[in-house]
Amino acid sequence: MIPISAEDFGAIRLTLRLAGTTTLVLLCLATPLAWWLARSGSRWSPVVGAVVALPLVLPPTVLGFYLLVSMGPQGAVGQFTQWLGAGLLPFTFSGLVVGSVLFSLPFAVQPLQNAFEQLGDRPLEVAATLRASPWDTFWHVVLPLCRPGFVTAAVLSFAHTVGEFGVVLMLGGNIPGATRVVSTQIYGHVEALEYTQAHWLAGGMVVFSFAVLLVLGWLNPRGSRLRP
Amino acid sequence: MSDALNHIQLQLHKPGFRLEVDVQLPQQGITVLYGPSGSGKTSVLRCLAGLERPTQASIRIQNLLWQDDAQGVFLPTWQRPLGYVFQEASLLAHLDVAGNLEFARRRAAPPRQGSPLLTPEFAVQTLGLAHLMQRRSTELSGGERQRVAIARALATNPQLLLLDEPLASLDAARRQEVMPWLERLRDELQIPMVYVSHAADEVTRLADTLLVLDQGQVRACGPLQGLMAGTDPVLHLGGDVASLVVGQVASHDTQWHLTELRFAGGSFWLADAGLVTGQTVRLRVLARDVSIATHKPTGISIQNVVACTVLDILPDQHPAQALVRLDCAGTGLWARLTRRAVDQLGLQRGQPVWAQVKAMALAR
Repeated sequence: MIPISAEDFGAIRLTLRLAGTTTLVLLCLATPLAWWLARSGSRWSPVVGAVVALPLVLPPTVLGFYLLVSMGPQGAVGQFTQWLGAGLLPFTFSGLVVGSVLFSLPFAVQPLQNAFEQLGDRPLEVAATLRASPWDTFWHVVLPLCRPGFVTAAVLSFAHTVGEFGVVLMLGGNIPGATRVVSTQIYGHVEALEYTQAHWLAGGMVVFSFAVLLVLGWLNPRGSRLRP
Repeated sequence: MSDALNHIQLQLHKPGFRLEVDVQLPQQGITVLYGPSGSGKTSVLRCLAGLERPTQASIRIQNLLWQDDAQGVFLPTWQRPLGYVFQEASLLAHLDVAGNLEFARRRAAPPRQGSPLLTPEFAVQTLGLAHLMQRRSTELSGGERQRVAIARALATNPQLLLLDEPLASLDAARRQEVMPWLERLRDELQIPMVYVSHAADEVTRLADTLLVLDQGQVRACGPLQGLMAGTDPVLHLGGDVASLVVGQVASHDTQWHLTELRFAGGSFWLADAGLVTGQTVRLRVLARDVSIATHKPTGISIQNVVACTVLDILPDQHPAQALVRLDCAGTGLWARLTRRAVDQLGLQRGQPVWAQVKAMALAR
């Protein structure tokens, strides 16, 4: 019998829910941001690009620490969310979503930015001369032509959120059903010397991650590269 | 007066470059924008399309104001009823030929009273695309791609068709393949076309009106034949002074594979190129291929000899050369001679002479 407990399943469900929500939020946020980075030509775009790439190089604990502080009762974000009546975000699922979105931001922005840069001006001009409005052009020209970029962004955001640990631990504590995801569950098993259960979850993560990368390489052979 | 329906006045200032154009376009036919690279041809086209924002402009097409900076009117590109053909292949890569045409048809400009409605069916038929509909752009030749791009531009039901060197990215054979389709469009379309080119053969075959741009300024603008017969040699295309002879195919000599082109001043024989009897043909005759005799020549190989009158003798670029302007019953002909020959023959204005052109020098 597979030794996966109800708590393990809860962690798996929560992980998938977190990754799914994060991916959706990220696609909505990263698309306009990547568009601006790729096409505005603003002198601020290298600065913003560097900020977006920060989570690639920072230890997740650093990001988690600052988020914890700013979202806490004394922090600016915390006071804002309290003023909104939403309470405090640390140790909640919403708090994890915010952390994951920031943590996985470069994984969504960079593939999209690459795709938008490679697209160039011509297809947009062609669409305009064919009487397509900018919004129409986005849906019927940009989206289909940049589909590999969107697929890469979505798959990487999802996979990277599934694999997140440090930010979750700093920001979420380890509350079953609310903030305990697979990676922290494995940590818990190891702490408790439950190696068999840790093996099943850890092995599952390896298989999942490998499958994701395989599918990605198969979907777009050239589109899946990242830049630090 | 109806010509004033299409009035273009624009100024574009960039560092080191000033473009100033103020012209009226005819109601139909091809206006070729001709000039060396960097003269601002493509900028004019992009400003007309709204792809580039001129410093100051007033653009009225078919009596509809597209842009007027004095009145604060600016229609973005996608609201202007125009068709645009880009220099290189510009088909939407995620769609096949039918999909590209459908993309345009769905967004076509609404029909306007008094203007014919251009449909994708008309475009497909006029450009001979029926057998290509299911192909992707990677499965088309360069010439086919440009024909699809032209058809797609027509499928938006434009009031003005803009073509930016549509043949420049094609090799010589592909250009010859597309050119007849453009001639057909010129003869069948009821809308004005603006065609950017720097190739003299495109100008002579396609233009009804010629607009010569030089360093952002209009050097000349008017009907092609008049301009080419005129006295300003800088208009002469591609550095080669040439004249334009327009005539009808009168007969074929099947034994010798020659075709006779008849015009008011006589007829020219040229190598048979599959022209149909009765067809109107424009022939570009280079001044260096025309020689002059004071008596009707006999015992020579040259097949084409026509009676002319000397209109003018002008100095040419090199001190050894002179340009002689001839009138051949209303058709202007240029001959490039050595000045010594002019002197030896004692050529003078008003003198009747014979102009001779080798049949083998004539090609469409």
